[in-house]
Amino acid sequence: MDVRDLVGEAFAGMLARPVRSALTTLGTVLGITTLVITLGVAATAGNQIVGRFDELVATAITVEVPESKHTPLVAWDAIDRLTRLRGVVSAAAVAENKDSVNLSVRSNDLVDPTRVTAQTLTVLAATPGLPEAARGRMTRGRFFDTGHIERADRVAVLGEQAAKMLGVTRLDRAPAIFIGRNAYTVIGIMGDLRRERDLSAAVIVPPSVGRQFGLRDVTRVLVNTSLGAADLVAGQAPTALSPGNGDALQVIAPPSPTRARDQAQDDVDALFLILGLVSLVVGAVGIANVTLVTVMERVAEIGLRRSLGAARRHIAAQFLLESTLTGLAGGVIGASVGVVGIVAISAAKEWTPLLDVWLAVAAPVAGAVVGLLAGLYPALRAARMEPVDALR
Amino acid sequence: MPEPVIELDRVRKDFPSRPPVRALADVSLRVDPGDYVAVIGPSGSGKSTLLNVLGLLDRPTSGSYRLDGTETTELADGARTRLRGRRIGFVFQSFHLLAHRTVVENVMLAEIYGDHARKGRRERALAALERVGLGHRVGFLPDRLSGGERQRAAIARALMGEPSLLLCDEPTGNLDSRNTEAVLDLFDELREHGLTILVITHEQEVSGRAARRVRITDGVLVEEA
Ligand SMILES: Nc1ncnc2c1ncn2[C@@H]1O[C@H](COP(=O)(O)OP(=O)(O)OP(=O)(O)O)[C@@H](O)[C@H]1O
Ligand SMILES: [Mg+2]
Repeated sequence: MDVRDLVGEAFAGMLARPVRSALTTLGTVLGITTLVITLGVAATAGNQIVGRFDELVATAITVEVPESKHTPLVAWDAIDRLTRLRGVVSAAAVAENKDSVNLSVRSNDLVDPTRVTAQTLTVLAATPGLPEAARGRMTRGRFFDTGHIERADRVAVLGEQAAKMLGVTRLDRAPAIFIGRNAYTVIGIMGDLRRERDLSAAVIVPPSVGRQFGLRDVTRVLVNTSLGAADLVAGQAPTALSPGNGDALQVIAPPSPTRARDQAQDDVDALFLILGLVSLVVGAVGIANVTLVTVMERVAEIGLRRSLGAARRHIAAQFLLESTLTGLAGGVIGASVGVVGIVAISAAKEWTPLLDVWLAVAAPVAGAVVGLLAGLYPALRAARMEPVDALR
Repeated sequence: MPEPVIELDRVRKDFPSRPPVRALADVSLRVDPGDYVAVIGPSGSGKSTLLNVLGLLDRPTSGSYRLDGTETTELADGARTRLRGRRIGFVFQSFHLLAHRTVVENVMLAEIYGDHARKGRRERALAALERVGLGHRVGFLPDRLSGGERQRAAIARALMGEPSLLLCDEPTGNLDSRNTEAVLDLFDELREHGLTILVITHEQEVSGRAARRVRITDGVLVEEA
């Protein structure tokens, strides 16, 4: 028997009852659509997470410096060595300790005596590179420089939030704040932080000033690298910061991009996957059921074909192909609807849809396999039929 | 002497039911090329059983059946199927036309199994339809045809592939006398062209047109004068 004839007969058999065939595919369509949307949206969303965080997360390194009894593990000027490393875009050292996080800070009494201006704020010491290292900018004024540090000038930079809390809005009158008893001149306000956002509610002073609050040693180093350099820098940073004691430092590096993607993919909503698989099983049962009914309805046709010289395998092949084509049709429709669904969801979320070619090819194949499996039993029943009985 | 188309030698068919039924009791029959044989007998006498054995749809319990000189009782299923497709055309009482296929497609169906060339199939089908006088109905669906036309379409299908034997089980059972007449005229014509025909029938009208009559009673076959 020519394969073209077999395919022709299978198509004719399917198209003889078009409405029934269409309804039969419904379960498969539903299952494949669910699976395609679930997998497609997960991949799209995963790509989105990685994409959005790429430049930020994938290039941000934090080095935690444990407390040390004797000589500090990281000296303040070690930052210069770190900055010279290839791939380092910006870096800053920060000192913070238990006592410095709860200091009472007041703004200049003379500005507005009626206002309760004392706030409990975090006071930090930091190197001049902090605004860049925190991925922010100076919204007002300027950050202190090495000159301020060397002279141990009593200056301070406020985080945006801290400035608001203290009622400091303008710098032209050189406002002062009081930390404890001492006054400090506010020379800048730092805002729009995209990293270390809690710095927004902090008061930052030069390291030479921080000593007064017990902020002697570096406790944390913020590093930003160029894209793709994070792994390299993360490996080199400890030695650069603390030659000989690098092992004691704790480097928090971003997960490599591939891992980030995997992670996102693992977050696929398992419920939807199960739902899709269940729909597929239901679809398979539907196809099996209808094919079995079709076989029973077409007993006379089976008998006729046997009388015309059809072997059992010809009968089996025809019904198997019919159910496979039904499943394939369901798979194709399901894949199409699914892709449209992914595009629609992406459009609604303003994502770039990620359409996996593999998914678009696998979905119809999965539908065909469902149809094939569903047709096995009915096809066997049809083939087993004795021609004498079929023609009675 | 030409090789007989059918040569049955003491063919027996028992059905292992309760009680067991002997549907064919040592039937011997010889049908030569160009014979036109009518098989008559009361209901339940074994006519259809005989036709099933002759059509290789069923195996006899014992005995020998040679079709065109080939001993068939020893053949495996696949070989019997091929032989059936090649040598035998069936005509059924209920036509067995596929309702969703046109007349010509139904006729072409006879050639899709076995090793016929796809090329020229439609032409052969059209020729077969022309032969049974249905050249003007080739694109019709079966439910648009009269009973007689349907049976002629089924006969055209049976004639595809040029069988050596046409087996008909009550071919006029569903037809009125006018349509019966047309089908019988067609049989006469086919026989004149050398086709071997075996017809099972109840009807006097049909058996009367056949050159030979055999009667089955309770599985026993007797030649009628
Ligand atoms: N599969 C079977 N199992 C048991 N008995 C059977 C079977 N097939 C046929 N018979 C019996 O064999 C006998 C012959 O049956 P067959 O169908 O050949 O009769 P028939 O001559 O064709 O009758 P009718 O004219 O009514 O069609 C009947 O008694 C029938 O009951
Ligand atoms: Mg009968």
